Amino acid sequence: MDRRRPRSFYPLAAFFGLFLLFLYGPTLTIAILSFQGPTGGLTFPMRGVSLHWFHDLFQQQAVGDIWGSFRRSFALGLMVMVTTVVVSVMGGLAFRKRFAGSGVLFYLVVTALVIPSILISLGVGLIFNQTGLDVHWSTSGFGSQLTWTLPFGLLIMFAVFNRFDKSYEEAARDLGASPWQTIAHVVLPIIAPSLIGVALFGFTLSYDEFARTLLTAGSRNTLPLEIYGMTTNVTTPVIFALGTLTTVFSFLVIGVFLATVWALNRRRARAGSDAGKGMV
Amino acid sequence: MAALFRNRHLTGWLLASPLAAVLAFFLVLPILMIVVVSFWGATEFSIYPAFEFDNYHFLLTSPVTLQVFLNTFKYALVTWALTLGIGFAVAYFLAFHVRSQTWQIALFLLCTIPFWTSNIIRMISWIPFLGRNGLANSTLISWGVIDEPLEWLLFSDFSVILAFVHLYTLFMVVPIFNTMMRIDRSLIEAANDAGASGFQILTNVIIPLCKPGIMIGSIFVVTLVMGDFITVRFMSGSQSANVGRLISNDIALLQYPSAAATAVILLVTVLMVIGTLLRFVDIRKEL
Repeated sequence: MDRRRPRSFYPLAAFFGLFLLFLYGPTLTIAILSFQGPTGGLTFPMRGVSLHWFHDLFQQQAVGDIWGSFRRSFALGLMVMVTTVVVSVMGGLAFRKRFAGSGVLFYLVVTALVIPSILISLGVGLIFNQTGLDVHWSTSGFGSQLTWTLPFGLLIMFAVFNRFDKSYEEAARDLGASPWQTIAHVVLPIIAPSLIGVALFGFTLSYDEFARTLLTAGSRNTLPLEIYGMTTNVTTPVIFALGTLTTVFSFLVIGVFLATVWALNRRRARAGSDAGKGMV
Repeated sequence: MAALFRNRHLTGWLLASPLAAVLAFFLVLPILMIVVVSFWGATEFSIYPAFEFDNYHFLLTSPVTLQVFLNTFKYALVTWALTLGIGFAVAYFLAFHVRSQTWQIALFLLCTIPFWTSNIIRMISWIPFLGRNGLANSTLISWGVIDEPLEWLLFSDFSVILAFVHLYTLFMVVPIFNTMMRIDRSLIEAANDAGASGFQILTNVIIPLCKPGIMIGSIFVVTLVMGDFITVRFMSGSQSANVGRLISNDIALLQYPSAAATAVILLVTVLMVIGTLLRFVDIRKEL
């Protein structure tokens, strides 16, 4: 094949570069601005460079409870992550065979994905309200977030099982493995890297979810709700400092997940079988 | 017992029961509740069960509703066109111009990482860019393009759509890239050998084969924009309205029945749009 770059490469590469700048530029800007000096404002110029606003975050806040909300968001993220992984794998396994009502269930999953978030928030809030239950981030908030993370987890599982080679399972069965042994020792290890992906979706989508928790988190805010509250009454770079910290935290989480997938794949490539490689 | 577990309907439902339970309680019930409450009445402080069409009557006869729905469609249409154009170009570059697989994965991840970070912070981060004394205005002034700061950069329809494009373009990039990667490269060589120009290959081979990805991306973008309330509120500085904001305003005033009626109409509208888009693609086949 011709190794020369086609003419369209250069304008498209430039366009792609601009797109990345568009994606990351604003985030980088607030990262820089969060180091504003104590007299600096919400925009350039920088009036000195300091850690003043980060320091401010660790002081007693005039409004809200940032660290409490961070702890709640973190705990909720972990709950949603574990539930999403378990329920998506079970759902993915279920959908490998057609069962009565599987079509309806599939359309419900699609509905959960496309329904405006505020409807979930409003509906769940109304149910809890009218039945006299207290809305709380770990009950109503938890359930509402699952309607957003489960469809993503399930779509990933569909994609995984569509590409899954069933002969591995048949081999296990032929060797006398029970259905449960087949799942635990053959299927789950093979799909493990994808499960890390599902976990990444579960945690981050929950950690950042706003609209579905708006009316379902109760009086104790999650971090996105807290940040949203700050946008209306905080006019100092402290909000940039908070934004930068939680974005750095998100990047760390994403990095850990991606590194785990990478390590799993490497280990598999190294320790994998040499069957079919022609070694006799 | 063993025979029982060989029944695929039973094992299917056993495995799917947690999923079904979550969706029943947190998706189906809430929708039913909204439909029920949309017929209720409200006083200033409380809501009471009733069966009246007042909420719908008010909504369907108010000129504001029509205007707000038109505005919502405007946002959806403009955002859709922009995200489609940008998303297609980005996916095309990744799929056909980046030749090393490592680079392809790395650049693809760079495009998707923002999806896993906070939307609200990504919105806030436009303020120092677009504000009256922001980067955009000061740069344009120093270049001599404009004399006065532009007022329409922040808190306007422009900034709302900019934020939508910023937040949602990757919902186009991912599915389009996914379908592009599955295009058999020999089809393109065949078209090339048959004398097609680059442009003809694009319009006659690649775009038709990308249609499922384009449709899935469109469904995501259109539904996210139509159901949004927070981006419009924040980026327009509360100066523009869409249906989501109409609902959230009613909620803030504790007018739940009226919010519910608006929500029902929004849901019906969104489902109609998706129903139309789904006629062009079978999602289950495309995963």
